[in-house]
Amino acid sequence: MTTLDAPQSGISRVIGRVGDAFTSPKSGPVLVTGVLFIVMFVAGGVRYNGFFSATTVLNLLVSYSYLLVLAIGMSFVIISGGIDLSVGAVLALSTIIAAKGLQIGMPPVVVIVLILVSTSILGLLVGLMINVFQIQPFIATLAAMFLARGLCYIIAKESIAITDPFFTSMAQPIILGPRLSITASVIIALVVLAIAVWVLQYTRFGRTTYAIGGGEQSGTLMGLPIARTKVLVYVISGFCSGLAGLLYSFYTLSGYALTGVGGELDAISAVVIGGTLLTGGYGFVLGSALGVLVLGLIQTMITFEGTLSSWWTKIFIGALLLVFIVLQKVLTSRRA
Amino acid sequence: MKDIFFKVIGNRLFWPLVMLVALVVTNAVAVPGFLSITVNADGNLFGSLIDILRNGAPTLIIAVGMTLVIATRGIDLSVGSLCAIAGAMACSIILTSPDPNNIGTVTVAVLVALALALVLGLWNGMLVSVLGVQPMIATLILMTAGRGIAMLITEGQILTVQSTPFKFLGSGFIWGIPFATVVAAVVLALVALLTRRTALGMLIESVGINPEASRQAGVRARGLLFLVYGLCALLAAVAGIILTSNQTAADANNTGLFIELDAILAVVIGGTSLNGGRYSLTGTLVGALVIQTLITTVYTVGIPPIATMVFKAAVVVVVTLLQSPTTTAAVERWRSRPKTAQPSSRPSEPAVAR
Repeated sequence: MTTLDAPQSGISRVIGRVGDAFTSPKSGPVLVTGVLFIVMFVAGGVRYNGFFSATTVLNLLVSYSYLLVLAIGMSFVIISGGIDLSVGAVLALSTIIAAKGLQIGMPPVVVIVLILVSTSILGLLVGLMINVFQIQPFIATLAAMFLARGLCYIIAKESIAITDPFFTSMAQPIILGPRLSITASVIIALVVLAIAVWVLQYTRFGRTTYAIGGGEQSGTLMGLPIARTKVLVYVISGFCSGLAGLLYSFYTLSGYALTGVGGELDAISAVVIGGTLLTGGYGFVLGSALGVLVLGLIQTMITFEGTLSSWWTKIFIGALLLVFIVLQKVLTSRRA
Repeated sequence: MKDIFFKVIGNRLFWPLVMLVALVVTNAVAVPGFLSITVNADGNLFGSLIDILRNGAPTLIIAVGMTLVIATRGIDLSVGSLCAIAGAMACSIILTSPDPNNIGTVTVAVLVALALALVLGLWNGMLVSVLGVQPMIATLILMTAGRGIAMLITEGQILTVQSTPFKFLGSGFIWGIPFATVVAAVVLALVALLTRRTALGMLIESVGINPEASRQAGVRARGLLFLVYGLCALLAAVAGIILTSNQTAADANNTGLFIELDAILAVVIGGTSLNGGRYSLTGTLVGALVIQTLITTVYTVGIPPIATMVFKAAVVVVVTLLQSPTTTAAVERWRSRPKTAQPSSRPSEPAVAR
């Protein structure tokens, strides 16, 4: 409506544009998430001492860089209309391979390559199962989840500490200023984020991914390489899970079979809160990054509050998920 | 002869049954006395097969509800959390009552837990049917928040209960048969009767096959969705109470952890497609038995129990690959190949019959 009487004045046109952006199913949820993040951040700053600072944001990035990478992989899969339940288990598998490999004396480079290759191959197998045998992503990735989690236990039952000098050096904070520090993981995660944004927005592969989520049939009729893209999406997710596991082992300096239980839920929640439509076709990786920050901020605020017990985190995340799902529903149904 | 062979192979229960028989045979060979069932002094049945039936009961109970949800082209991820909520609710009521051994107290506790789960199930149904949210996501909300709610009920503690009537629910025997098994059998029979002896099953399938067409045919999908999600949650609560009673403790974090996956696996192994539509409760029974037998096999054969998940993954992959459309099409091609390559024994049969 606002667009119709747009010629009136500059201001009303701007208001119309902003209104449109907020009610569009494409950008609306992302903007709402952005506003929510700022509101939560300001509210936290008003309520708690020492909350409103760059330190808080940097700490969020340090603690959740692994989740960011996980959510990036998940974004690709969800935008293509699929789902990947295996990411948490693959993350654990990656930490275990890292810890065990280093324990038996493999050089760090070999361990890192081994992890990234093996998790990508696992993703490839899942993608082939889905594409060639037409098995639902839910079931195929569920099988991968069981496989990865089971392999974790077979490789090592107990938690293994990592003492390798390269890994410990990666865990060291990089000082940026007084009370401001990040780790190498943050840089890696942000680089991955930048690459993901570029791939999804500016490459043929990225556009095909959106096209599959929007309508696989139409994509096929347009002659897009559907099969290849569908498989590659799961390879990317596998690779990201492996990388996330590496970042996690940098962070905790240990490998343990039970890490990342429910990691897939956190990743899916971050993607949904970040405004990616679960039916596929719409969404931004940057939104998922915002989603990760919002999830992290909830955790941080509950820690700052002190009196609230940790289980409130789950309830808050559930409530937030509900709000965003209803929001997406409202926005898409209005446009449809 | 060949036709019968293909008919048997083509039956969707064929591969799951083969899997089940193979597992039982493996056990019977590896463990002498696996198939024997003994009667102990109290007149109760004991043996590995009875253990499978008893330990598999919670998964089966949930899988029955899940079958109906999946038949409507849905999925319910929240059942594991509902198990924890129901167990926590029942235990906290029993603990706060002055007389935990009173049958009345336990009955009230169980009924309140079931009612709470029913309400949460209707909430799932509301999200799916009224708001039209994708089932996987709608139930994801409760899956995430549910464990938090269970923690809220238990106040973060593991509630241990000493109550004879409550303990009976998980580990008691009735006419020599484990009570949990009896409950599972009753649930399966009731749901089978309710959906197969009335038009209800057909209506549920019609919603799953084509929601729009069934709406135009006058099927009220909304009410049906409320019904299946409510029932699924109710059955999850029943399973949760059995699990909790078996452990004599409510653990908000671990009761029913991953049971939604086992239940979904049971349904899929049983040949019900996740795309909705036709469902098979018999298949679900076979699927649940396959999973429980697999877990038992891993224990009895002497493989470390932690490897169970790898075997589960293997079973899922094998069964789903065998049932996949691609494989079916390949078998179909192989089946019709001799007809064109060499003279068939039935040349008069029209090709259309294929």
